[in-house]
Amino acid sequence: MNIAARTAKPADGITPELVAEHGLSRDEYQLLLGALGREPSLTELGIFSVMWSEHCSYKSSRVWLKKLPTEGPQVIQGPGENAGVVDLGDGQAAVFKMESHNHPSYIEPYQGAATGVGGIMRDVFTMGARPVANMNALRFGAPDHPKTKHLVAGVVSGIGDYGNCMGVPTVGGETNFDPGYNDNILVNAMCVGIADAGRIFTSAAKGIGHPVVYVGSKTGRDGIHGATMASAEFDEASEEKRPTVQVGDPFTEKLLLEACLELMTEDAIVAIQDMGAAGLTSSSVEMADKGGVGIDLELDRVPTREEGMTAYEMMLSESQERMLMILKPEAEKIAERVFRKWELDFSVIGYTTDTAHLVVRHRGSVEADIPLAALAHAAPVYERPWTKKEPEAIVAAEDVPAPNSTLAALEYLMGSPHLCSRRWIWEQYDHMVMADTAQRPGGDAAVVRVHGTPKGLAISCDVTPRYCAADPYEGAKQAVAECWRNLTAVGADPLAITDCMNFGNPERPEIMGEFASAVEGMAEACTALAFPVVSGNVSLYNETNGVTIPPTPAIGGIGLIPDIAHMATIALKRPGDVLMLLGAESGHLGQSLYLQMISGATRGAPPPVDLDAERRAGDLVRGLISDGCLSAVHDVSDGGLLVAIAEMALAGGLGVELDALPAPLLPHALWFGEDQGRYVVAASPDQADAIHKAAAVAKVPLRLLGKVGGDSIALDGEPKLSLAALKAAHEDWLPRFMAHG
Amino acid sequence: MKASVIVFPGSNCDRDAAVALEAATGQAPAMVWHGDSEIPASDLIVLPGGFSYGDYLRSGAMAAHSPVMREVVTRARVGTPVLGICNGFQVLTEAGLLPGVLMRNATLKFICRDVLLRVERNDTAYARRYVKGEVVKFAIAHKDGSYFADDATIERLEGEGRVGFRYCDEHGKPSDGANPNGSRNNIAGIYNETGTVLGLMPHPERLADPALSGTDGAKMFLSLVETLY
Repeated sequence: MNIAARTAKPADGITPELVAEHGLSRDEYQLLLGALGREPSLTELGIFSVMWSEHCSYKSSRVWLKKLPTEGPQVIQGPGENAGVVDLGDGQAAVFKMESHNHPSYIEPYQGAATGVGGIMRDVFTMGARPVANMNALRFGAPDHPKTKHLVAGVVSGIGDYGNCMGVPTVGGETNFDPGYNDNILVNAMCVGIADAGRIFTSAAKGIGHPVVYVGSKTGRDGIHGATMASAEFDEASEEKRPTVQVGDPFTEKLLLEACLELMTEDAIVAIQDMGAAGLTSSSVEMADKGGVGIDLELDRVPTREEGMTAYEMMLSESQERMLMILKPEAEKIAERVFRKWELDFSVIGYTTDTAHLVVRHRGSVEADIPLAALAHAAPVYERPWTKKEPEAIVAAEDVPAPNSTLAALEYLMGSPHLCSRRWIWEQYDHMVMADTAQRPGGDAAVVRVHGTPKGLAISCDVTPRYCAADPYEGAKQAVAECWRNLTAVGADPLAITDCMNFGNPERPEIMGEFASAVEGMAEACTALAFPVVSGNVSLYNETNGVTIPPTPAIGGIGLIPDIAHMATIALKRPGDVLMLLGAESGHLGQSLYLQMISGATRGAPPPVDLDAERRAGDLVRGLISDGCLSAVHDVSDGGLLVAIAEMALAGGLGVELDALPAPLLPHALWFGEDQGRYVVAASPDQADAIHKAAAVAKVPLRLLGKVGGDSIALDGEPKLSLAALKAAHEDWLPRFMAHG
Repeated sequence: MKASVIVFPGSNCDRDAAVALEAATGQAPAMVWHGDSEIPASDLIVLPGGFSYGDYLRSGAMAAHSPVMREVVTRARVGTPVLGICNGFQVLTEAGLLPGVLMRNATLKFICRDVLLRVERNDTAYARRYVKGEVVKFAIAHKDGSYFADDATIERLEGEGRVGFRYCDEHGKPSDGANPNGSRNNIAGIYNETGTVLGLMPHPERLADPALSGTDGAKMFLSLVETLY
């Protein structure tokens, strides 16, 4: 039934069915009655339902999220605002966050993904930052699932069209295909902006009698109950939820961006918040609550694009490209002039008050009058029961068959959906606009120059879902470590992370256990690597008919390169350079892509991360890069050592001649094992001594791998694999997959 | 050289163009808002890339009717050099300053990548730093970049030598494989009759900085400075 079509008059008939439709449990409704002291009106019920939804209230995750480290000397603003803020020196700050748009993207991939990108950019420019880079982390179902191709096409074009039109480069990301996402894809979008560290805008509405100003697009009936939808499982009827997906207009958002940044140069704004999930409700409640003031809204003044919208609909609409601001009273005229110049709606829709209530008026009557404390602080918080997963047994390398040909196995892996080139995706994203992209997609981390300076911001998104599925604790730890490693591999000092915690239904103890373990793993890695969490988002209920996604704690990290003249890339550059491996090897094949290829399934414990060794290897590599000792650097991750070497060869168009392997480890375990904390580096032979010495001092194992040269991958005892053949295999899969319907 | 960059609602390469111009000329160009009907005295007017008016109706169609465009057309008619990059090229065709139209790419997808171009002539203010026949690397980033005109127009453009840049392979051959978007005759950029107005889909301003991935685009701005002082 269509709740939205009902009128918002004080309801005398709040039935248990109506409460259930609003996603509130019986106990939660009792809590609501207690907080309000009476029966709610329909509008009030709607307001409570979105504010208390999992999406807005974090009621299942909150107790766990407290365990994450959020502080450090570089942190200007940790979790709790629209985005996190870290110091870049010279009075500059990076503002960044990652957010999920999973449920809408499955139902309507183009608009779902597009509005996810739009939403995360608003979170960033709301704080006074100009967005300078977008990233995304995408998980799709198995390639042979009938919906996968349609979802890939829609999501990629939605992300591209929005970011491209905004003129913000989409500089990278990651994409996985796994049957675990067949009915619940994940679309996690990240945005990074640059702001003046002394001019960060926040959302606390201070002062009484200040105008509450609505700017941006008009309000329509789209997206009503989006937050509630994102807080429930899918079933057969989920396709019918298409009307709850918002529709994006990147052109309006571009105008909104420029108008907001223009107004922010004036002394006009007290507080600002974008209208994202739960729209006007969430933005007004959060601003008033944080500032300790009340707020009165006059909905007749809300610009609408449809006739006859009710208070209920206006409060719950998730129409895009809208902002709410509290202005200094004398600044109304200036603000209006700026927004009119950019041809945007501008309307004073209310005032801050000293009542500590949210009061909503429409057509002469009071549609809602709620104590803000009830909405914001009486919200339920759950310590849900959880059970820990039995860790899988370690797979012994001896129990994994060797390939007939190492290079044939390499060629197969490099052409597989897991490791093939993502060029088909990123060429649809404008990754060069703003003319500061110093490292394009395809490397370990993207790098954008901080405009007008030699500094570079390195950005990477990481998680390996199959590791997390086998062991959420080690998997989450690995995700943080890999992100730190990727930033290190381009020469950046890792600064901080944002996260997108994608999990199933938290009401099931095994899912809650995955979440709890993942948080603990992240916390341990973040602490050990001094890599705090400054913003993030939790997306639960990613399941359909009881089938859940693999636990997917996606990590988005940023780092700072003092001067991009000292930036490393993965591409091999000079014939004759020596190739070395830094980091310890044990030949861990459990959960490896090689094992998946050879046995048809993933199994075993994932590779453990030794955080102490991780830090030593990373600090060593970063130092060598900054000293100019290395000509190429690549971290070893998915697929193992030989895959890392092949990627470096392809990126540089230069072959390698590899030495014989040391005994006693098995060759296939050395070439394809996914041991953590390792880097492949290339250097001119005259640097080799210095590198050996530095590695010895840092207690980081070093092994000579071979030398750069030729146009093939050459391995003792096997016919060479030409780069041309490897490239064809690597580039072929995705375009071919997407071309054939 | 005094340059003006026109800013439409939705322009997003205006800053990139300004940075490249300033690097070449030593002075920041004037940024002219689309609603203005006056443009300061300029030796060069640039219509930048982006999504003016969100590409609503057709790419460039609405911007072509902006108040400022009447003045751009007037200046172009008296010989002021006008450079339209990407969306700026689309605006120039919609405004009637250049013939033809930019259609949806043959792949129907947005494409962002480096491309190779053959410099077809170097006797204009834009190209004197290039060698005729030289192969240069610029970047493209567009969804509507497939140049189309009827046979007679194409014949006239070719006959009059008005094709300025053509997509080509590394040997300078304008092959099908080197044509990223389905443009007729691999056309990447064309001039007006006098060689003063240039519409170009690829972005010279994106490969104009040694710290990024190439500087072939910088030569266009240096050519302009050399010619226009």
